[in-house]
Amino acid sequence: MASKKKSSFINMVVVLFIVSAIAATALAFVYQATKDPIKQAKLEKDKKAVGIVVPKFNNDPVSESDTLIIGERDQLIFFPAKMDNKLVGVAIKTYSDIGFTERIKIMVGFTPDGKIFKTAVLEHKETPGLGDKMQKNKGNWSEQFTNLDVPNIQDTDDDGILIEVKNDQGTIDAITAATISSRAFCDACERAYNAFKKIEK
Amino acid sequence: MSKLKIFTRGFFSENAVFVMLLGLCPTLGTTTSAVNGLGMGIATTFVLVMSNIVVSLVKSQIPDKVRIPSFIVIIASFVTIVELTMQAYVPDLFEVLGLYIPLIVVNCLILGRAEAFASKNKVSDSILDGLGMGLGFTMALMMLGAVREILGSGSIFNISIYEGDGALVFVLAPGAFIVLGYLIALTNILTKKS
Repeated sequence: MASKKKSSFINMVVVLFIVSAIAATALAFVYQATKDPIKQAKLEKDKKAVGIVVPKFNNDPVSESDTLIIGERDQLIFFPAKMDNKLVGVAIKTYSDIGFTERIKIMVGFTPDGKIFKTAVLEHKETPGLGDKMQKNKGNWSEQFTNLDVPNIQDTDDDGILIEVKNDQGTIDAITAATISSRAFCDACERAYNAFKKIEK
Repeated sequence: MSKLKIFTRGFFSENAVFVMLLGLCPTLGTTTSAVNGLGMGIATTFVLVMSNIVVSLVKSQIPDKVRIPSFIVIIASFVTIVELTMQAYVPDLFEVLGLYIPLIVVNCLILGRAEAFASKNKVSDSILDGLGMGLGFTMALMMLGAVREILGSGSIFNISIYEGDGALVFVLAPGAFIVLGYLIALTNILTKKS
């Protein structure tokens, strides 16, 4: 076994410099190589979610997608789904910041009469085992939103919010022990519905 | 020490979780279900083997006083590579494990093996040590995850066993401590020298 390098000042500086330089170079290469596939994977996910949340269509909603500016700097992307050039639904990529941790991104699909057709979760960082039950593969909670007739919901506490959990006098059953996540999900749907009403005009 | 012994001690006599109590942060945080535990274990094993190889290769070039920062840079690089690669090529798996991958950096099991074993032994032995320790860690995480999933969610590997929600406490952090305590007790009983 070769003898160890002495811990002299020069040796330490040189070794740490070389180690960091090699690590940085390797990471830069990996980042470059994976940049496009990651972007592609995210786009693919959007595409898949659009396919889930609106009725059958035969156009390309991703290439016809458009953005809607809301508030100061936020924007929602919406994807029109058409069957033989007739609008059958709109998928809206929406978000909520009132979740348990970071921003939750979901895709909400509407039929032209304003009903929610289906929903799909895109990104979230809620507690595994609790808030993540909003995902389709982890429970049937989100089925409440399937064919939800938003225009017919009564605003029970007159705060202008229609989609709410039962704790807030709404109509949605919250996930057990994850009311905050459920509330955020409702908030995102509500935001999508308001956007839908705007683009309907 | 025989090669077989280097490999197998990670499972029982020196199991990272049940005997050495190393890397408990990711252990308690990620084992809400058996699948999560398994995934985290495999990702950790990969990083552990890779970092053991590199540390063993460069061991004679690193001055003693800066060995810990050097090891951490090496480990963190591998973790980031795993994270980016998973995100790009297996997005479905990343969806499940993405939250936990950066936690591997702070897993003292990996730094511990780099320091205690790889920096003093041959590359081939270091690979065996990394594999044994990593798989032992995976086994422990999967057991912990399975028990918590059965008690807390009423299912195992996402297959439902009984109706209802189960005892919620086992999904939350306190349940992790309770289950871990009992599993350590069980290990001690089983490995008790007569």
